[in-house]
Amino acid sequence: MNHEPLVRWDWLFAHLGPIADRVGQHLYLAAIAVGVGFAISFALAAISIRRRKLYPAVTVLATAEYTIPSFALFAALVTITGLSILTAEIPLVLYTIILFVPNIVAGFDSVPWDVLDAADGMGFTRGQRWWRVELPLAVPLVVAGLRLASVSTIGLVTVSAILGQGFGGLGYYILDGYQRHFTTEILVGGLLSIALAVVADMAFVLLQRLLTPWAARRAEVR
Amino acid sequence: MTVRETGHARAASLEFHGVTKRYGRGESAHGAVNDLSFAVPAGAICVLVGPSGCGKTTSLKMVNRLIEPTEGQILLDGVNVMTENVTALRRRIGYVIQQVGLLPHLTVGRNVAIVPSLMGWSKQRQSARTDELLSLVGLDPERYRGRYPVQLSGGERQRVGVARALAADPPLMLMDEPFAAVDPIVRERLQDEFLRLQHELAKTILFVTHDIDEAIKMGDLIAVMEAGGRLAQFGSPDSVLAHPASDFVAQFVGEDRGLKRLSLVTIADLSLEPSAARPGLPTFGPGTKLRDALSVLLAADTSGGVALDDAGKPRGFVTVDAIASALAEGRGTVANP
Ligand SMILES: Nc1ncnc2c1ncn2[C@@H]1O[C@H](COP(=O)(O)OP(=O)(O)OP(=O)(O)O)[C@@H](O)[C@H]1O
Ligand SMILES: [Mg+2]
Repeated sequence: MNHEPLVRWDWLFAHLGPIADRVGQHLYLAAIAVGVGFAISFALAAISIRRRKLYPAVTVLATAEYTIPSFALFAALVTITGLSILTAEIPLVLYTIILFVPNIVAGFDSVPWDVLDAADGMGFTRGQRWWRVELPLAVPLVVAGLRLASVSTIGLVTVSAILGQGFGGLGYYILDGYQRHFTTEILVGGLLSIALAVVADMAFVLLQRLLTPWAARRAEVR
Repeated sequence: MTVRETGHARAASLEFHGVTKRYGRGESAHGAVNDLSFAVPAGAICVLVGPSGCGKTTSLKMVNRLIEPTEGQILLDGVNVMTENVTALRRRIGYVIQQVGLLPHLTVGRNVAIVPSLMGWSKQRQSARTDELLSLVGLDPERYRGRYPVQLSGGERQRVGVARALAADPPLMLMDEPFAAVDPIVRERLQDEFLRLQHELAKTILFVTHDIDEAIKMGDLIAVMEAGGRLAQFGSPDSVLAHPASDFVAQFVGEDRGLKRLSLVTIADLSLEPSAARPGLPTFGPGTKLRDALSVLLAADTSGGVALDDAGKPRGFVTVDAIASALAEGRGTVANP
């Protein structure tokens, strides 16, 4: 081992462009996974709410899937979908489901029955009740699901670096740094990935504040 | 007590005809409401009262079709509610429940405006109506319209619930234990305010409570229900107290039903020996409740007091005995519409 400094600042400054590209790719891969995962989970949650008996089956399947190591899943998929973006996205999407579905179901379950009773009694149609009552009141837990899924996905995107140069986002630097025994790269990849997760989480907290101004007003009574 | 007469036309008559609700099928079927029939004239408050589980809420919810009857008919202004468009029907029936059910994500103002907004009123008309109603229930619009439900006390929440139910000026209001969730002092104030409001609005109201005292106070008519969803007695509060139709009703209204009647019968209801003015003795206006008159007589330790007529002229001599015999005669058993 040569006696290099922990961080080679010259390398860092020379690679700002590529690093930015990797940040972009990281966010791109994560956003697709979270977006698609959310859509699928919303459908699964809607079915689970309508047909309550299916809910345990949905959670068992999603949990079982979650136990498969991500490394193994990426590797196995290469034999089916090759080195396409599908190979990266399928596992990422699947892993979000177990984080989304219970939160979305809990979100709709959390709507108080007296509110629904009053809404029906006032003459909301089913559609109006869903859009104007149930969905807004489910928002806090749905956003909690979004926070979990985005943080988890941003972490997992790094693992897709094993699929090659075109994948992994910041994970590329972690893998490359590991192979070359180059700490600076590992630190850049790891720390920036953590930073992205934290920023995404804060963005959703902010989104929730904007969407639910009614939730935190107790203390403000004049 | 008779139905209040006002010039207000925005009230509907309500009739139950042999209404039955059974839950479950076949073997496990059990009746929640059994062959319920009664009629409420437009502008009257009818109170459904009875022990827990006797089918009050079920009866109420069959009116706005949150529950559909198994048998029988409910007529609103002579029209079977089952033949109407269900959302249109609900929008013209005010609905107030114990838990209030304010939408937590909407401000007080927007909660009150819900039915008008569902009915497509203009924004201007909605906000004018909202302010009018908040003032009507004693909440300053400036202070309250922008608040969220979590920022209200229990009593304020109930007022908003009442304002919301009144928003589209419905001819019928359904109120399921509307004041049960607040403490007794607030409850009494809400009851008094509501009666004063109703005096002007003259809505037809179906009001559910399990509290016989509230039923006596609020009702022009009382429907006493017993287990199994059967109607045990229907009539004015005074007639139910004076002539309970069964042991169940007698027991339900309480041993002190005689005393309760004192709050219902007024000086004007007494037939009295004529009397001239008697300086020094207490006087009672025609609207004075016997309960209050009796209290004055007992406290003042006099032989009696002077009843005044509407013009303030002495009408008769009121004694403790006269009050006692009025109750014994079962006077005031006027209404059995
Ligand atoms: N969905 C349902 N399925 C089966 N039984 C029901 C259902 N809803 C109500 N019941 C039964 O119907 C009966 C009447 O219920 P209801 O809610 O009308 O009573 P209530 O008089 O309003 O009582 P409370 O004063 O406790 O509110 C009860 O025995 C109740 O258990
Ligand atoms: Mg009830």
